[in-house]
Amino acid sequence: MSTGANAGAAAIEVRDLAKSFVLHNQGGAELQVLSRRTLEVHAGECVALQGRSGSGKSTLLKCLYANYRASAGSIRIGGTDVTHASPRELLRLRRETIGYVSQFLRVIPRVPALAVVAEPLLEDGPYDERAATHARQEAEQLLLRLRVPMRLWSVAPATFSGGEQQRINVARGLIRKRPVLLLDEPTASLDAENRFTVITLINEARAAGAAIVGIFHDREVRDAVATRVLDMEAA
Amino acid sequence: MSEPLLRAAGVTKRYGARTAVDEVALELWPGEVMAVVGESGSGKTTLLDCLSGRLRPDAGRVEYQTRHEGLKDLYALSEAECRLLARTDWGYVHQSPDQGLRMGVSAGANVGERLMALGARHYGRIRGEAADWLVRVEMDPLRIDESPRGFSGGMRQRLQIARNLVTRPRLVFMDEPTSGLDVSVQAKLLDLLRSLTRSLPLAAIVVTHDLAVARLLAHRMMVMKDGRAVESGLTDQVLDDPQHPYTQLLVSSVLQP
Amino acid sequence: MNAPVPIADARAAAREPHYNFAYLDERTKRMIRRAILKAVAIPGYQVPFGSREMPLPYGWGTGGIQVTAALIGPRDVLKVIDQGADDTVNAVNIRRFFQRTTGVAITERTDEATLIQTRHRIPETPLAAGQIIVYQVPVPEPLQRLEPREAEARRMHALGEYGLMHVKLYEDIARYGRISTAYDYPVMVHGRYLMSPSPIPKFDNPKMHMSPALQLFGAGREKRIYAVPPWTRVESLAFEDHPFQAEKRASRCSLCGSGESFLDEVIADDRGARLFLCSDTDYCRQRRGADA
Repeated sequence: MSTGANAGAAAIEVRDLAKSFVLHNQGGAELQVLSRRTLEVHAGECVALQGRSGSGKSTLLKCLYANYRASAGSIRIGGTDVTHASPRELLRLRRETIGYVSQFLRVIPRVPALAVVAEPLLEDGPYDERAATHARQEAEQLLLRLRVPMRLWSVAPATFSGGEQQRINVARGLIRKRPVLLLDEPTASLDAENRFTVITLINEARAAGAAIVGIFHDREVRDAVATRVLDMEAA
Repeated sequence: MSEPLLRAAGVTKRYGARTAVDEVALELWPGEVMAVVGESGSGKTTLLDCLSGRLRPDAGRVEYQTRHEGLKDLYALSEAECRLLARTDWGYVHQSPDQGLRMGVSAGANVGERLMALGARHYGRIRGEAADWLVRVEMDPLRIDESPRGFSGGMRQRLQIARNLVTRPRLVFMDEPTSGLDVSVQAKLLDLLRSLTRSLPLAAIVVTHDLAVARLLAHRMMVMKDGRAVESGLTDQVLDDPQHPYTQLLVSSVLQP
Repeated sequence: MNAPVPIADARAAAREPHYNFAYLDERTKRMIRRAILKAVAIPGYQVPFGSREMPLPYGWGTGGIQVTAALIGPRDVLKVIDQGADDTVNAVNIRRFFQRTTGVAITERTDEATLIQTRHRIPETPLAAGQIIVYQVPVPEPLQRLEPREAEARRMHALGEYGLMHVKLYEDIARYGRISTAYDYPVMVHGRYLMSPSPIPKFDNPKMHMSPALQLFGAGREKRIYAVPPWTRVESLAFEDHPFQAEKRASRCSLCGSGESFLDEVIADDRGARLFLCSDTDYCRQRRGADA
């Protein structure tokens, strides 16, 4: 898996990123969360973001995913400047380049777990029998690895436990092999067995050349996957 | 494809001294679902009508990427061309299904009408396709000969969707497609719309006042207030990191059950 | 052509001098002729015209009468039928009206007429080039029951958008297993306009197709004239897998034995005995006359 024509270029390039929130309905109060953050992540690297709550770890990840809009600076992923990209380019980037495992599974009502996990493989179309079968098989494999019981596969995740939902989330985020992975507490509600599986999955992705940025609350997990630690509170 | 499916620039519509839609621009690409969100009086439905060729704007252009003739100015087309477009390439899902259906004819006739309007003349095949579409919108195909008068609101809305999609349009305009339905029925319908827009695939502009509908259905979102588009971007971005004061107000006002 | 058959009713023989020829004033005739020309130029298209007050109420053939009155000349030979018969009240009255106002020769023989005015049937005897048949039409708009809004119906005609009519036929098949329309069966004229052929039985529809005669349609109350010029395609709507079928009766005429003509069913006595008789009285008589 390559990250671009120029093998030496970083998969993720962040320059002077700043993010502040202006709360217009609270008198215009401004919350500055990130300031002048610069970062490079190359293929095969896994950077763990470290810092206390409020130090901007999640915010940085969300800026990378274009879930948050940067206030200043630039973010280049796979050659595209996320901070100035059109919605169309961003949507394509999310489909093809950036995988994201959020902290909480956003539950879509009524869609069964298997379909939730398989969906990223069907986003490019065409939506035919072959593609649907392939996607379903891949999803089943992943859910088996993550020890999600088969009886849950056809059920919507709304009633799942926190750990079960998290595993669905991880499966969905990793099922499609993408050059960039953003992970926000992927093992938070998992037991030791499943934590180990997720660690394995992350390392497999890294070995395949993905550039990964993650928040790992658990020290053990962090030590097992990170090639580098970025202290958010350091100057 | 290097050009968008729909492009609008400077779209303005006035009613006397009141400006209902004020200089709205947007670009929509194939397969993209855009939610146009706003409270009542925001101009969102008026905008939808301008974009779908139903209401000529006082200023601005609306261009559509036709199948064979490239990008064309909607309001420069003849009435015949416009009506043909509406019947083949486009769909329009009304808020009230009664407006989008022929209540006096059977479900099958409702779904088959567009095919017949385009020259389909084989009863068996028309009926077969109508039945297929009833299945796709999760309706019982055995009810194909029943009048929509005997259907619930949710079923009528499904029928309206099937009626619109039978010609595999590339762009569907939806005006509050789930309002007025019971919550559980809404959920089912949203689920259906979501899977259809992704699987067909379909580009759509969905007018809604419900942010949850936007979150679920739309890739992109445009927030309207007093006729202006105050903010637009990826749906999750606008909802999670609203920039404009009005958007922040809207997002913070939504009750979380 | 043979000499006209003299009529039995001597009262209506002479032309009344107090009326203009054919009752209508010349300006009105000119207006109607213009409408007719336009209609002939656009086969199947409904041309509005200034329908005049006629000495009989709407619903009794005022449209047909105005068309006939605008066209009839002293050398014409007129036949008037109603439901195929020359001797019903309607036909007799209309015929007498034209005799009083024109003095033209009248006939009951289809093959002798130059001008035929009809209500609800087309004669069995095939028409020839040079003949004109005028139909009385109650409702000229074939879409009326499906699309009551006139503006929308006109738009549909203008754009050739006739899907709605096929929806109606589809519904019939879904509901009854076949297209249930028995009369006033909609047709496409010259492949372009949807037309109501007037309440003739669908049995008669094929006679309209590629006819050598000029076919004119007058609707007095609705104020429309339309036309099918000679040798024009007139195709009854149908589906590929449910083709148009003109009904064939299983019986024969009790008088002349024809198994080909449209038959009227008549109750013969109090015990309910039935007879089938040719609706076209001239056709029936000629068949019997030829054998005699």
